[in-house]
Amino acid sequence: MIALSPAQQSYWDWRAASNFLGGGAGGGLLIAAALDAVFLGSDFRIAALIALGLIGWGLFSVWMEIGRPFRFLNVFRNPKTSWMSREAYAALPLFAFGLASVAFASIWVLVLAAGFAAVFLYCQARILFASKGIVAWREAAIVPLIVATGLAEGSALLVAIAALSGAPVLLPAVLTIAFAVARSAAFQTYRHRLEGQSLPAQLRAALGGLAGLTRSLGLAGAGASIVVGVVFYPALAGTALLIAGALAALAGGWLLKFRLVCRFAHVQGIAIAHTPARGGGAAGPAIKPGWTP
Amino acid sequence: MTRYAMVVDLRRCVGCQTCTAACRLANATPPGVQWRRVVDMEVGTYPDVRRAFVPVGCMHCDEPPCMAVCPSTATRKRDDGIVTIDYDICIGCAYCAVACPYQARYKVEKPLYAYGEEPTENEAERDDPRRIGVSTKCTFCVDKIDAGLAKGLTPGKDPEATPACVNSCIADALHFGDLEDPDSNVSRLLAENSHFRMHEELGTGPNLYYLWDQP
Repeated sequence: MIALSPAQQSYWDWRAASNFLGGGAGGGLLIAAALDAVFLGSDFRIAALIALGLIGWGLFSVWMEIGRPFRFLNVFRNPKTSWMSREAYAALPLFAFGLASVAFASIWVLVLAAGFAAVFLYCQARILFASKGIVAWREAAIVPLIVATGLAEGSALLVAIAALSGAPVLLPAVLTIAFAVARSAAFQTYRHRLEGQSLPAQLRAALGGLAGLTRSLGLAGAGASIVVGVVFYPALAGTALLIAGALAALAGGWLLKFRLVCRFAHVQGIAIAHTPARGGGAAGPAIKPGWTP
Repeated sequence: MTRYAMVVDLRRCVGCQTCTAACRLANATPPGVQWRRVVDMEVGTYPDVRRAFVPVGCMHCDEPPCMAVCPSTATRKRDDGIVTIDYDICIGCAYCAVACPYQARYKVEKPLYAYGEEPTENEAERDDPRRIGVSTKCTFCVDKIDAGLAKGLTPGKDPEATPACVNSCIADALHFGDLEDPDSNVSRLLAENSHFRMHEELGTGPNLYYLWDQP
């Protein structure tokens, strides 16, 4: 049914959102694992496999949603303009180098995989930005937000993996806090830019709640818990705090993206610039239902 | 060069939905899918209330966001401006649907008929199973246009080469033609009347113009 006022889009559901959840966290994890391996020589293989699993889960979820799944290879046909095609192209070397890095235990092959993970993450952000029909997605500030949250989620996962395996956690913790701060800043910019323009009333009302959620799970949850956890690590309390903080940072990002795709993705609605002059009467004002100035 | 466009005279549209029914009949679209429909919009409070009936559908934009995002090249724009979907290539990702600011696209996952499990005679004749699981939208009755052009007819002037919705309009509110032809009906209507396009600020360049007053 066509919506006169802006309403939640009904084309993409949790399966499409899963692509951004898994792809973002997995891409971020691959990048964080590569940084950790390069600077500290950490064993990255488990993290790399989890990252590839997350990205694969996201892509499989999208595959479950498309109407003609056995035509999925057609997704590669338009890299000239489509960010979805470009994302698919980035996924190929990402998986190839990622698996090779694990098979050959090569840090530098992992770095290559991480490079393509960065491209993949950027493509995901641009997929949303290119959607002119969705008010909340076509704001340019969504691009750094999606990239930052992917990096924060991935780094947080690395904290959890390192804590569970008894590996050094300082660098992953620093990365998580840094990217969580970046995510918070990116969200504030995104929110500020959105609130400065005419918006659907529902979206304007929802932005405040989204801000609170991001703040509490992001900085407060992740930051505090991780900082204290590092202090007490490798004691059980420290490990528990690190994992709790990591999960908070991950949950903050996943909830943010799930809501962006499935709750705050309002279509434009219908609007006319003038009501017509009928009979002997005069023309009237514009009609744009459901928007706030 | 040719650039087909539709002109809607909002002063004339009475919201009868005949165009909607004609489109449904001509294209055998399933329940819930309306490539052409008329929305009823109202503004103001008593006694100063205004109402407008607004036919909407695919705008066949100059810069179609659906085409740019389509990963499979199923969505294309012809030289005459008509935006088409190749049902044999489309993967049904609905990226075009979220990219479209006009809610013009639909995706149906399984065959649906207007009255129960079996198709009507018209649906059996005109339904296309290639449209299951893929994106669909108004085509400006492109098959009719092409068949009419092949016979030397003029779209927008000869009914056999004109979209079904335009032919069916009882109020002479819908018009179709070539904007590149200064003598066409649509060109003259735009020159002689005040007009606007929907969501023009998004830069899509829609080719559905709404007349609202004299110049």
